[in-house]
Amino acid sequence: MSKELIVVLLAAPLVGFLINGLFGKWLKGNEKLSGGIGALAVLVSLVCSIIAFTSLSGGAAPLDETLYEWITGESFAFNIGFRVDALTAVMLLVITGVGFLIHVYSIGYMHGDEGYTRYFAYLNLFVFAMLILVLGNNYLMMFVGWEGVGLCSYLLIGFWYEKQSATDAGKKAFIVNRIGDFGFLLGMFTLFAAFGTLDFTAIFDAAEADNFQKVFGASTLVIATLLLFVGAIGKSAQIPLYVWLPDAMEGPTPVSALIHAATMVTAGVYMIARSAVLYEIAHTGQVVAWIGVLTAFFAATIALTQNDIKRILAYSTVSQLGYMFVGVGVGAYASGIFHLVTHAFFKGLMFLTAGSVMHAMANELDMRKMGGLKSKMPITHWTFLVGALAIAGFPFLSGFWSKDEILHSAWGSSPIIYVIGLITAFLTAFYMFRLIFVTFYGESRVEPEVASHLHESPSVMWVPLAILAIPSALIGLLLGWGGHDSWFHHFTKSVFPEAHHDASGNVILFMVISSVIGLAGIAFAWTRYSKRVPSDEPTSAIHRLLANKYYIDEAYNALIVQPVKNGSHFLLWKLVDNGIIDGIVNGVAAIVRFIGGLLRRFQTGVVQAYIVSMVLGIVIFLAYYLFFT
Amino acid sequence: MLLSTVIFLPLLGVIAIALLRGLGESAIKGIALAIGLITFVISLGLYTGFNADTATFQLGGTPIEWVSGLGISYHIGIDGISLWLVLLTTFLTPVCILAAWNSVEKGLSGFMMSLLALETGMLGVFCSLDLFLFFVFWESMLIPMYFLIGIWGGERRIYATVKFVLYTMAGSALMLVGILALYFQNDNSFDLTTLSGPFEHSDLLFLAFFVAFAIKVPLFPFHTWLPDAHVEAPTVGSVILAGVLLKMGTYGIIRFCLPLFPDAAEKFTPLIVPLAVIGIIYGALVAMVQPDLKKLVAYSSVSHLGFVVLGLFSKNPAGLQGSVLQMINHGLSTGALFLLVGMIYERRHSRMIVDFGGLSKRMPIFATVFMIVTLSSIGLPGLNGFVGEYMILFGSFVQGAFSKVYVVFATAGVILAAVYMLWMFQRVMFGTLDKTNENLPDLNAREIVVMLPLLLFIVWIGVYPKPFLNKMEKSVGLVVTKVQATPAMGQLENGVPVGTKLALRETEHEKSEKEAQTK
Repeated sequence: MSKELIVVLLAAPLVGFLINGLFGKWLKGNEKLSGGIGALAVLVSLVCSIIAFTSLSGGAAPLDETLYEWITGESFAFNIGFRVDALTAVMLLVITGVGFLIHVYSIGYMHGDEGYTRYFAYLNLFVFAMLILVLGNNYLMMFVGWEGVGLCSYLLIGFWYEKQSATDAGKKAFIVNRIGDFGFLLGMFTLFAAFGTLDFTAIFDAAEADNFQKVFGASTLVIATLLLFVGAIGKSAQIPLYVWLPDAMEGPTPVSALIHAATMVTAGVYMIARSAVLYEIAHTGQVVAWIGVLTAFFAATIALTQNDIKRILAYSTVSQLGYMFVGVGVGAYASGIFHLVTHAFFKGLMFLTAGSVMHAMANELDMRKMGGLKSKMPITHWTFLVGALAIAGFPFLSGFWSKDEILHSAWGSSPIIYVIGLITAFLTAFYMFRLIFVTFYGESRVEPEVASHLHESPSVMWVPLAILAIPSALIGLLLGWGGHDSWFHHFTKSVFPEAHHDASGNVILFMVISSVIGLAGIAFAWTRYSKRVPSDEPTSAIHRLLANKYYIDEAYNALIVQPVKNGSHFLLWKLVDNGIIDGIVNGVAAIVRFIGGLLRRFQTGVVQAYIVSMVLGIVIFLAYYLFFT
Repeated sequence: MLLSTVIFLPLLGVIAIALLRGLGESAIKGIALAIGLITFVISLGLYTGFNADTATFQLGGTPIEWVSGLGISYHIGIDGISLWLVLLTTFLTPVCILAAWNSVEKGLSGFMMSLLALETGMLGVFCSLDLFLFFVFWESMLIPMYFLIGIWGGERRIYATVKFVLYTMAGSALMLVGILALYFQNDNSFDLTTLSGPFEHSDLLFLAFFVAFAIKVPLFPFHTWLPDAHVEAPTVGSVILAGVLLKMGTYGIIRFCLPLFPDAAEKFTPLIVPLAVIGIIYGALVAMVQPDLKKLVAYSSVSHLGFVVLGLFSKNPAGLQGSVLQMINHGLSTGALFLLVGMIYERRHSRMIVDFGGLSKRMPIFATVFMIVTLSSIGLPGLNGFVGEYMILFGSFVQGAFSKVYVVFATAGVILAAVYMLWMFQRVMFGTLDKTNENLPDLNAREIVVMLPLLLFIVWIGVYPKPFLNKMEKSVGLVVTKVQATPAMGQLENGVPVGTKLALRETEHEKSEKEAQTK
């Protein structure tokens, strides 16, 4: 592995972005070429990632190199530099692997779209930014990638910019993420104030030094890690900043698969895993785990009542990200990242199958208008089923392994977290199979004119589905067999601190409990929805609350958005700026003019008046000198 | 000699246009553009000739006595701070001339003459090392600007231009008193390079200068002239106003207020920093609700310049360098924004946000350029705005010359910038295209040529700011040493960050202790 390899890995999607971005006008007529360039660029990165990965797993030393000096001065140095270790390698494979398949899928999915080349330009730019995020060897580089993926997310959510809801959603995503970035920035400043650098190696080494806490006190790291976590909450859509992710489904579906399920939204998890050393010292992992498990539960309850397929998947993503935070929060860093990997495959797969359904159903998303799609779209059905079984924790499929590891570690940290996690697992299985039964089984409720066009998607779309289905099913088994002695744990051992509370209890027992819970969820969904369609009207108060997503969006709007908007308009602009400040300015001018106007009266031009006032003045002065001095 | 050429070449252009105006419009434009470009090319010699290893003023030649009896001399020179402001001025002027190519409906020669005269005035301000000379340039700059707004401006141009001129003059009257007071304390000399404190009444002197500069910046609450001036000014006037004229205020602070009166600067920091932070938040919030594009950009300047003032009073190298860089960045980004607003104004004769929507579809090139500039203004990493803002915030936070709470609020301004810019962008560029806007043409070749150089620097500074930072480092360092004596936490000491070293040093100490014990 060399620096050059990493440069090529990074440059490929950037070049792809520039070609599609600058010459889009000429590529427009040739979709195959435009999409091909986009996919090829990611393929190059994928090959480079595989090379880097194999050399690392072959025992090569991690790479940590500076490319060039970015923002430097006598007292500070922020460089553009890379670090490739086991954690990075895993992320690289997920990003470029899933990314490549989604690029290929998009060639078919975006067919005929007016913004075809623009789409591939953005998608390549996203891959580039995401690679920077995971390749950086310091927090500032991570932040650069962090903002970069946020931008691409914004651009792609609002890709169909003529639609108001799409551009609203894009803007919302960017702004909510910025709230998180605010924490990230302050976290970085806090770290720099303590360590004098933002380089991972230097910070982690210094923090691990025996006397660190004596010199700075533990509070520095507590503050820094919590501030960084604010950034993670924004990017990875956790409570209270999760609100942007469900809306983000306005973007093209492959974008939801790549950015809002597989890669970008996991950046927060990556960040905490990367900073594992700091979280261990600061003991702030508990906060992370609690936010994670509450989000997991909360989002799952909302998913129970939604009828829009993509929204169900979106809330599911929020919920699964919560699991990952539980993992990294309780110190099971490898397990958290493991779930990130399996989730990237099965959730990416489910989004793409949802896209396939939309493709066939003229962009319909309401599953109440579907039903019985299994016979018309067999491949889509089977691949979705694989994904759903994987997420539901069906024995020996991917989600089973990774979720179980997290729950098992959570037990060692806090039984309450474990129980909430387990309930969430039940809910997950339930809402996923509710979706499956209502969409693919039962009687067809498809409207006649749509039904006549109902078809399986073209090969350029279903082949990636079929390919993704394989790792979605098996990757857990391959990487996770053996629990804490698995290949995955061995590979990532070098980057994470030793697990402080080794998983206790009988591993098999935990697995059995998880499986039973998952199967129970599936069974319960079968009893409720195998024959029945979700009702249009909420049936109870709780149902109404859930269907309206706890009214959180409405609350934010009423408590934050509107007051800020109105306050700025009426109070700050009209009253303070125009009224008070400008009033004073103009008032001073008016006073000057008024006084001038008064004084002007004395300049009558009548000589007698001047003489009178002169004499009067002399008299007053004389009187003053005579009587008072 | 080089520097004097740069300063007065535009004035030569004014004379040339005055003499040759009979040759017709294209000749006038040609002369103006040629002069602007030649001045820029010559000014590049300043960059190459500038020695970044020293903080002293350079390239000015020997001072020439002007009014010897009063100690006034023609003394010019630049350091690593004014170098960039000079280059920004010579860069923006030809851009503006090209941007105004077809938009001046009456009195073209007068317009171009004002613009070039203004350039000489601005360059003179940045290069003067004699206080009297400085003041002469400072005041002379007002005249062409007065004409630019008052003749070629919008409907309420007279109100705006009078407000602008009187407000500025109120400040400069105070400054004149300050200059005279310094003159008498400096053995009857106006020479800036021989000035050294401490001065008598330094608090009052500091305030005299500071108020003049705060009006120019403009610092909250002295900012209300700016939205009016911007709205009424012609496009090019706004570009110069935002791009260069506002920088006179921040330049004055870094050139006079900080190094000459460090104690007073220290004393008033608790007053000024809150004003800067209020400006950041307040400017952003008021910008958010503006219905007029130009007013929105004007209030965004109040917010951005708040960052610059914050960085200046952080009194540490990162913060000050960030501020100087941010002066350039703001000139580029906000200048570009005003140009873009001007371009759609020329097409649609409206600047009201509600009149637009969906322009992306009709004007894809415009949309792309607008997006990049918007992102630059928001401070997206990879573009120029981020580097400056980051350095300012980081410097202010780590240094701790004032409470970190201020920095926390200032950082929140970063969120608000995204709010007002993206909301504006959405309403103008996204959505469905209105019938009345169906025939708006995309950018033409000339307009693309106007925007490209700006975009080039926006990306360059974002990706590789080192050449910019290197040239200013020593000069900024000198200002810092004058205002602050002790090195801050996190600064490098022999190449090792202070913080880390502290930790490492103790480890070594403990190690040796343990070794001693085992022995």
